[in-house]
Amino acid sequence: MSRMIPHLVRRDRASLRMAVLAPLLALAAAIFVNLLVFLAMGKNPAAVFYALLLEPFLGWSSFSEVLLKTGPLLLIAQGLAIGFRAKVFNIGAEGQFILGAIFASAIPVYFPQATGQWIWPAMLLMGALGGALWAVVPAFWRVKLNANEILVTLMMSLIAAQVLNYLLLGPWKDPMGFNFPQSVMFQYDAMIPILLAGTRVNVSLLLALFSVLVAWVYMQRSFGGYQFLVGGLAPKAAAYAGFSESRAIWLSLLIGGFAAGLAGAAEVAGPIGQLQRGISTGYGYAAIIVAYLGGLHPLGILASSLLMAALYIGGDNAMVSADLPIAAVRVFQGSLLVFYLAAITFVRFRLVWPQHKAGAA
Amino acid sequence: MTKAYGQVVANDAIDLTVGRNSIHAILGENGAGKSTLMKLIYGVESPDAGEVLWDGQPVTLSSPAEARRLGIGMVFQHFSLFETLSVVENISLIVPGKKADLAARIRALGQDFGLDVDPFADVHSLSVGERQRVEIIRCLMTEPKLLILDEPTSVLPPQAVGLLFDTLRRLRDRGVSILFISHKLDEIQSLCDHATILRGGRVTGNVDPRQHDAHDLARMMIGRDMPPPLHADPLPVGDIRLELSALDHQPDDPFALGLSGVNLRLHAGEILGIAGISGNGQGELARLISGETRLSPARRDDIRLMGRGVAHLDPAARRALGFAFVPEERLGRGAVPEMSLADNSLLTAHPLGLLKRGLIDRRAEATFTAACIRDFDVRTSGPEAEAGALSGGNLQKFIMGREILLKPQVLFVAQPTWGVDIGAATAIRQRLVQMRNEGVAVLVISEELEELFEICDRIQVLHKGHLSPSLDARTTKAEEIGRWMIGAAGVPA
Repeated sequence: MSRMIPHLVRRDRASLRMAVLAPLLALAAAIFVNLLVFLAMGKNPAAVFYALLLEPFLGWSSFSEVLLKTGPLLLIAQGLAIGFRAKVFNIGAEGQFILGAIFASAIPVYFPQATGQWIWPAMLLMGALGGALWAVVPAFWRVKLNANEILVTLMMSLIAAQVLNYLLLGPWKDPMGFNFPQSVMFQYDAMIPILLAGTRVNVSLLLALFSVLVAWVYMQRSFGGYQFLVGGLAPKAAAYAGFSESRAIWLSLLIGGFAAGLAGAAEVAGPIGQLQRGISTGYGYAAIIVAYLGGLHPLGILASSLLMAALYIGGDNAMVSADLPIAAVRVFQGSLLVFYLAAITFVRFRLVWPQHKAGAA
Repeated sequence: MTKAYGQVVANDAIDLTVGRNSIHAILGENGAGKSTLMKLIYGVESPDAGEVLWDGQPVTLSSPAEARRLGIGMVFQHFSLFETLSVVENISLIVPGKKADLAARIRALGQDFGLDVDPFADVHSLSVGERQRVEIIRCLMTEPKLLILDEPTSVLPPQAVGLLFDTLRRLRDRGVSILFISHKLDEIQSLCDHATILRGGRVTGNVDPRQHDAHDLARMMIGRDMPPPLHADPLPVGDIRLELSALDHQPDDPFALGLSGVNLRLHAGEILGIAGISGNGQGELARLISGETRLSPARRDDIRLMGRGVAHLDPAARRALGFAFVPEERLGRGAVPEMSLADNSLLTAHPLGLLKRGLIDRRAEATFTAACIRDFDVRTSGPEAEAGALSGGNLQKFIMGREILLKPQVLFVAQPTWGVDIGAATAIRQRLVQMRNEGVAVLVISEELEELFEICDRIQVLHKGHLSPSLDARTTKAEEIGRWMIGAAGVPA
């Protein structure tokens, strides 16, 4: 009976139309399915979707908050997407983000009296290094021991969270902080300058936007990026052509760690202003969704990071105004990724329905 | 029977009748639809239209298990045996029974049909011919009435082919019908009593092959007269371009075959062929010559290219000296399946002005790719088509074209015409001879002896990691090459 079932036929080339359409289809499908979920929960879907998807864009103050969330998501996703395209799956951006935050915080924690305009750039640099260092471990194990980077990066994230706990409960705890697990508040010069007056959006958003350009040139135009991609997609072809085979693994993880660490530093030196447990609201994991929703393309990620940031803000809104549990927001994010992964199948494949034959026995 | 894959109709209303006590040939070029037809008969695929009658009764073949239950057995071109298990263990995976009983049956079948094999030998220690015997025995133990063999001789040395044919004749005399898939005309004429010829998914002939000469059969198979074989005249050879001296190498993989004492000299203006059955060290030899496997700098002179010791250099450095290489695996090694043909040009042709200050020059890339597609008759929708979407033959033409356009001093090609149709294979061989005539040093590894005899000036045979002395392709007989292929030559009797 297999002949009655529609089947997939590989396209001659990836369909650009489907590549653009896939995230929109995924969004539509996610809205539809979650509509049913909201109805089952007894919520008013119109109110929920208004809060979730529209309200973030209405009004300058909430939109500026969207921009604030866009920065880290864009930066991390851009770094991750480079690795994902070479089929190196860094799932541990969350841990690299935390390490970035820790490394950056070392400066104001140990030099709370220091002043000068060098402090916040130095913190960003430290953060980027910290994130990259955290990614050295999985890269080294993958290259030398062929240890799966998905598992190692994921477990390294759990370790990172414990390192953060240790520091906040122990050596880095603010002595004047009423025993709360958090560091001292950072001094003025440890804060990244504000970009848009009257908002919390700071200069690090420019760094995130700049990463779009860098990623675009590297991945779409440069020969270095090409060699890197070959190494990830077809290691034997890289060996055949004389490109380095392990370079893709090293670069993927180091770039991903660097970007996530930078985002972590920008978070503590930006809207938060101190090291605390809640520095990340799952940015490292959400960025995986952002990277895929953006089709792993630098420009696509720009759009998808804005969408995901809006969902963060919208989710907060919906919790307040529509009494939606945070889990429902997570379900929405997750379903978006699942539908997208289903939809991108049709970029490379097309569905063929069996022709109906008269008189077939 | 009709079966289509997307737009391609692989089998178009094919009628086939196989009689009792018959060895029935299915003859056709690569891509003619032979494999699809066999998959339909063995229940691997189900037809879009048509029906199968077994002993006069209509049957539905929904799976290979169903086919085996009816009495249809198949020996595949690529073996499906576990190398780390013994013969009897492999067979017991499919055939129920105690090991000792099975071993006795294996021996009995071996004696009856000339399929001699030790039931307790580990499969990895067996030669290709012996492995094939194991596959056939495994089929016979299910007592088939119809046995399908997919290109069974493509992996055998000439001497083993004779043994296999004796076995098949004995099976026929015991009442087993045999479907014999091949594109080798002489084999079909000596073995088969009936031939169904396929071309482009249709039946183009139903004949007794013994009543027709090879020329007729070939015309039915390819639809036009065979291109004349091109026996290249010997040319005075030039300087030594590639030299391997007493090369020893043991790969890291314990199951891989090492090379020992390999000597080879390749001159400008000649084609040297490496004959031998796959798995005798061809893969390692190719990687050593290409630079995918490198030796320590101390041993740099074990491989000399253009007069320089290069055994320690990576492939890019060797290419810079004028070396080009077409590997045996096209997808994933010679080309990246997920990338467009244009991006696959870049893989090795980037030094031909396809880069500008470290950035890819998309226009130059497209121009190069379009030229390659045009000059080498690659059938595709254009430079943006993904390599993975091309047929094996077309991708081979593309990779050959890319490497030839590099204008190499030394061209190394492994299995130049695997899976390529006859027309394209002829074009590829002519191109290799033309390269030779222009003074390029050409090295070819091939399993197809006819191909090597057609284009080579000299042949060396690889057997268990040893390379035979150089043999003159114009005066050496196929039987002598065959003896080297099974390691029976050069040893006192």
